[in-house]
Amino acid sequence: MAYSSTRPVADRDRPLLSVEDLTVTFGRQGEEPFRAVDGVSFTVRPGQTVGLVGESGCGKSVTSLAIMGLLPKRGNTVGGRVDFEGTDLLSLGDAELRNRRGKDLAMVFQDPLSSLNPVVPVGLQVTEVLERHRGMSRKAAMPVAADLLSRVGIPDPNRRVKDYPHQMSGGMRQRALVAIALACAPRLLIADEPTTALDVTIQAQILALLKELVEETGTALIMITHDLGVVAGLCDEVNVLYGGRIVERGPRHPIFREPRHPYTNGLLDSIPRLDTVGERLTPIPGSVADNLPWDHACAFAPRCSQPVEICTQTTPDLVTNGDRALRCHNPVEVPR
Amino acid sequence: MLRFIVRRMVQLIGVVLVLSLLLFFWLRSLPGGPINALLGDRATPEQQEQLEQLLGLDQPLYVQYLRYMGRALQGEFGSSSSVIPGTDAFDVFLSRFPATIELAFFSVTLAIITAIPLGYFAARRRGRAVDNISIVASLVGIAVPVFFLAFLLKYYFSVKLGWLPVSGRQANLGCTRVTNFFILDGLLTREFDCSVSAVKHLILPSIALASIPFAVVFRITRASVLDVLHEDYVRTAEAKGLTARVIRGRHVLRNAMLPVLTIVGLQVGALLAGAVLTETVFSFPGIGEALALSFSARDYAVLQILILMSAVVFVVVNLVVDILYAVVDPRVRTS
Amino acid sequence: MTESPKNTESPKNTESPKNTETPKSTGPLARYRDSRKERIDALAQLSARDRSAEPVQVTTGAGGTGPATPDHLTVTESGAIQEAPGVSLWASAWRRLRRNPVFIVGAVITAVFVVVAVFAPWLAPKDPTIGYLIDEVRPQTNPVPGPQPGFPLGADDRGRDLLSRLIVGSRQTLIVGVLATLGGFVGGLILGTLAGAFGGWVDSFVMRLVDVMLSIPSLILALSISALASEPSQWTLIIAIGVVQIPIFARLLRGSLLAQRSSDHVLAARALGIRRGPIIFRHMLPNALAPVIVQATLMLAVAIIDAAALSFLGLGNPDQRIPEWGQMLGQSRQFFYSHPQLAIYPAICIIIVALGFTLMGESTREALDPRSRR
Repeated sequence: MAYSSTRPVADRDRPLLSVEDLTVTFGRQGEEPFRAVDGVSFTVRPGQTVGLVGESGCGKSVTSLAIMGLLPKRGNTVGGRVDFEGTDLLSLGDAELRNRRGKDLAMVFQDPLSSLNPVVPVGLQVTEVLERHRGMSRKAAMPVAADLLSRVGIPDPNRRVKDYPHQMSGGMRQRALVAIALACAPRLLIADEPTTALDVTIQAQILALLKELVEETGTALIMITHDLGVVAGLCDEVNVLYGGRIVERGPRHPIFREPRHPYTNGLLDSIPRLDTVGERLTPIPGSVADNLPWDHACAFAPRCSQPVEICTQTTPDLVTNGDRALRCHNPVEVPR
Repeated sequence: MLRFIVRRMVQLIGVVLVLSLLLFFWLRSLPGGPINALLGDRATPEQQEQLEQLLGLDQPLYVQYLRYMGRALQGEFGSSSSVIPGTDAFDVFLSRFPATIELAFFSVTLAIITAIPLGYFAARRRGRAVDNISIVASLVGIAVPVFFLAFLLKYYFSVKLGWLPVSGRQANLGCTRVTNFFILDGLLTREFDCSVSAVKHLILPSIALASIPFAVVFRITRASVLDVLHEDYVRTAEAKGLTARVIRGRHVLRNAMLPVLTIVGLQVGALLAGAVLTETVFSFPGIGEALALSFSARDYAVLQILILMSAVVFVVVNLVVDILYAVVDPRVRTS
Repeated sequence: MTESPKNTESPKNTESPKNTETPKSTGPLARYRDSRKERIDALAQLSARDRSAEPVQVTTGAGGTGPATPDHLTVTESGAIQEAPGVSLWASAWRRLRRNPVFIVGAVITAVFVVVAVFAPWLAPKDPTIGYLIDEVRPQTNPVPGPQPGFPLGADDRGRDLLSRLIVGSRQTLIVGVLATLGGFVGGLILGTLAGAFGGWVDSFVMRLVDVMLSIPSLILALSISALASEPSQWTLIIAIGVVQIPIFARLLRGSLLAQRSSDHVLAARALGIRRGPIIFRHMLPNALAPVIVQATLMLAVAIIDAAALSFLGLGNPDQRIPEWGQMLGQSRQFFYSHPQLAIYPAICIIIVALGFTLMGESTREALDPRSRR
């Protein structure tokens, strides 16, 4: 193994990443500005795995892109603080950010096919990170790249480095992307729906791989997904997002055992279960488009299973209670 | 890959055969016809009949076609009546072709070296002043008739300012001919003033002709770069923290150039059409001018060959572009 | 058809066959790799394919409120109901175009041109056919009378008022452009529908013919066609330009139809057992026409420029009683270096009008392309 965690694992209690009041507003000229992320705060400790869960359009991907500084500069306003090891990433200039991306914090994207450059051999796509951040020559980096590929479970890596992405299967491409992300042993890895575009059997393999690598290297992981199954197997802490805000937070088991927010509850109810035969699935009605504005209501109210009058009149606050937090006027009381 | 080339060659032969057939019937249905062209309007019917028999024009059409093809296989395509009187039509093509290649090569090069950087620049600054100005400029380039642009350039730089020669391909310097590519010939025979003269004669026609591919290449580059900039792999490259230079070269341009390559191949047709106009304005002795001449003089033997050969050139260039494409794009190469 | 292989995915690895089918092959590459003349096809598919791949976030509600019958609705993968692209596409394009200065400039130029062309005989201050200043024309010393009271732009070489000829010429220019493009459009519509709707050997035959036509440079093809007539006239000009446009329209429409044929709503219609005729004419053609109509706007500009080029080469309408810009430009050849205004005025008119159509067509195309919304 070329490198496992050679760096001493930092103080486990001090957060590695702390996102404070992150706000992202979209809006081109002449268009109504749209708040995709609305005051999101959470922390990630070294080696911890944190899940961001929600439907598409809830702001989870935008949050991750904002942390990485990958949102297009035009038409987007990013507010708040993203504190990574004591520096506010949002205040960094382009060049400084480039020096940290890929080295200290890395990202794996959703679609493994389109996320790899089709006209560049996979090996070069791995070595270019090493060349950039470790100052290696391409010649020196190539065996390291092959080693990385074998670490992520790609067989015959010395031949595979010369392959182009289209010569690999979906699962292998995602493995290659994981190898690229982990090439410089980053302290934080953001995985944005890394398994959505894959077959179910491959999904499990990629998740197992991520889990193994994260534990091995002590890398902290932010897992972005709409799939609670992924969260259940992987995350230490879960943040549920709705309409650009966190509506519920808690450690994995308590959240699954006793969800308090009707939205979390609804998400759990819409997962098919193998152990209860004959039970009907309960979908959440409507879609993200039916939201109320957060400024004077609960955005989820129109789709909620148990709305009360106050839900459409006052904004619920995120109330922290121990290691859990909840934003709801009328939480679910019955334990599952 | 080899199968692909072979298939395209077969396709090329098909195009040539179909086209030669079409051209043959087209020629026979033209008003006037070769008899009139050869004898003039005042010939007596007896004279016309005699000549018809002599040329085999009294035979059924398919016999005439087969005879024509038979002669063509022996390298006889009929002699030119007006462009270079008495010369075989194919030799007319051969003697004129190098000039047009020089012109087309200069124009395409000029268009590419200006349009690609500008297209990239415009795409990066989408919606800003640079972008809008260059879009409008390229649209004006499309809207200006090529021959008018040629006239303007000639009027201003040759007639008024006298900076560049008015017409022709080279000044009369008594240059030695080797390949009939005048610039190359000058270099080979070390008659450098010959090359310089040829280049001077090429400048204005090339600029006029380049206006066509420039507009197209610019717009395709811009659209293609815009497309690629939104691709996930560019975001991946950004997420890797790569330098802007590497992202631009390896990740954006390498992908964005693929459609541009195809478009350049497709421009050959437009270039040949533009060459007819540009070469006429500058009396530049290429196949474009020969086409215009043979049309007005109804020199059918030459016309037939020139039209056929421009189609062949079009197909061949696009075959070359497709092969190049396979070299650049691994997805085509390895499949 | 001898297309290059469409599926460039190598089935070397079978770990995940589903993912090698590349559902998201919308890169410029995927669109262009197939080969050479496919620029037109790509254009057509661009509008159709991306439309079906449009995100479905904002469409709830639209299904219920619009005047849409079940016929015009499509159910997308995620279950959301979407208005038929033909409807929402033009509507949303219009919303974007209204504020687009490029489109507005193009539309204003076009509108002014059409108005002038329609009312030309009443707008022209003088009769364009009478040589008012013929007495001033001296072939040796003063072949072209200059501007003077009553003749703001001067006269041509036969003493006729240049301004009036320009104004009246707009009408003929419009007629030539519109008729030629219409001819090309109809011809292309017939060929393209045959090829794209039926496929099989009809498609192969039509497309081979189109390929042969496309391999001859357009201007040379137009020259060849106009040479078929014993005397050049307005009609030979129109036919020559129109025929040249047929293969372009045919190819574009075919590509657009092919993209439609595999689109979800056509598949759904086929699954419902609707017969081929109604599917083609009610479900495929209306949606496939959008890029073709946009192309027609652009081809109008090309037609006007081509008409000028043919006139320049001596194949325009020789009848000077009906002035046309291309004809005026073509016939000014001999006076270019002594009296360039004879060429410059009609040339400027052609450039402005061609620019107007192009600006309008290009901005509409961009507005219809959902990818440009990003």
